[in-house]
Amino acid sequence: MSLIEVHNLSIRYGGHTVLSNVSLHVDAGEIVTIVGPNGSGKTSLLRAIIGAVKPSKGRVTQGADVKLGYVPQKLHIDPTLPMSVARFLALPNGVAPAAIDAALKQAGVPDLAKAQMARLSGGQFQRVLLARALIGKPQILLLDEATQGLDQPGSAAFYQQIDTVRRQTGCAVLMISHELHVVMSASDRVICLNGHVCCEGTPEVVASAPEYRALFGSGTLGALALYRHDHDHDHDHNHDALGACSHSPTEAVE
Amino acid sequence: MLDDFMVRATLAGVGVAFAAAPLGCFVVWRRMAYFGDATAHASILGIALSLALSISVFAGTMLVALIMALTVNMLTGRGYAMDTLLGVMAHSALAFGLVAVSFLSGIRIDLMAYLFGDILAVSRVDLSVIWGGAALVVALIGWRWSDLLTATLNEDLAYASGINPKREQLVLTLALAITVAVAIKVVGVLLIAAMLIIPAAAARPLSRTPEGMAMVAAGIGSVSALVGLRAAYVLDTPAGPSIVCVAALIFAALSIVGSLRSSSQ
Repeated sequence: MSLIEVHNLSIRYGGHTVLSNVSLHVDAGEIVTIVGPNGSGKTSLLRAIIGAVKPSKGRVTQGADVKLGYVPQKLHIDPTLPMSVARFLALPNGVAPAAIDAALKQAGVPDLAKAQMARLSGGQFQRVLLARALIGKPQILLLDEATQGLDQPGSAAFYQQIDTVRRQTGCAVLMISHELHVVMSASDRVICLNGHVCCEGTPEVVASAPEYRALFGSGTLGALALYRHDHDHDHDHNHDALGACSHSPTEAVE
Repeated sequence: MLDDFMVRATLAGVGVAFAAAPLGCFVVWRRMAYFGDATAHASILGIALSLALSISVFAGTMLVALIMALTVNMLTGRGYAMDTLLGVMAHSALAFGLVAVSFLSGIRIDLMAYLFGDILAVSRVDLSVIWGGAALVVALIGWRWSDLLTATLNEDLAYASGINPKREQLVLTLALAITVAVAIKVVGVLLIAAMLIIPAAAARPLSRTPEGMAMVAAGIGSVSALVGLRAAYVLDTPAGPSIVCVAALIFAALSIVGSLRSSSQ
């Protein structure tokens, strides 16, 4: 049983079709990445999965008791809204302080509980968003270009953190990313989206698919080279992660 | 005690301050200041309607404020920007309202009383309507507080937590319509938005939590009403504008203190 399944999903805004006939599934412990040009419906797909967009056709199903952890694109909090990090994490239903501390620690920012949201740096902010997603002990993390607005080291550190979290908890990851080298080196499967699913499969399969090359051009060669270079190293990581998953105490799978 | 018109006026002012404080915070956080203004301006049409149909001014203004807010809610995202829509609706409603009032030749209407409020003429019935409305607004916002806050932070985060931000927006719209309707007698159509925004904005430098900001805003609003009314009595100035002047002075003083404090850190 997959954690989430999307069946023949279509989304229309007004008269404009954003997505047509998209099907995908994410299994326990997998890292699945969605790539695609601007306006290809990546964010709409993720929003449909969290229930923010009603599909015009098709459906999204979740396994029983599967919890989602959603990390949005960089969000703006008006500076007139006074809000501590702890309070932000406790919304909307209240969370025990111990759980807040644990989530912040897991996201790599253990000392921020009392800080005001408006004063966080970009990297701290994204980690707090990650902590918020982790509080419900999700079996799957959904990341929507979570490193947008971070510089290269910041973004690399953030993905490192995701990798650590995944190894600790064994949760699956479904992410949208523009950073092709990250995608190609870290994903189990890649889904290339452009209004519909152009191609999907392992990073190697997608990178050599003509549809993908048509969209991403020569940039793919560099990404592929990086991927090849990192291949053994990352394969080990994935192996570790899956191993941790099967021993993990979270009830990821029946 | 309620026989004294100054006591009734003070109680009315404090009642409006309590309704306006938590709502005003959301207006500030969500950058809806113009929305409050527009709803208030449109309520002039409600006054004309209620006079023509001989229904209570409270019911008439609330009806028009609600229709206006719901229409704007529905129309946003369909080609026009929010502020354009608000401008069209608010000023058309204001103009139609003023024209409609001029047709009511049989009745002598003191338009100034509706534009700037007539807090010194608050009756016992008005007082119960104001406090009833204020209690309703505070209860409504208190009940939805956490969900409203989450939806204010980010719509998608709200959806991911199982909250429908559209429904929360509707709650705010409803609260705004009630507040406008009860505040007309106190500060008038033109100054309602001031009672929403100024105490909330003034409370910001003193607050570290959202709840704290709402409570401080209620305090600042109440003090403004008390001091403003006293000043109006002593200096023989119009009461509604005097209240807003005091709130503005508090805002200025707290802003200066706030910026001094943050620059010394």
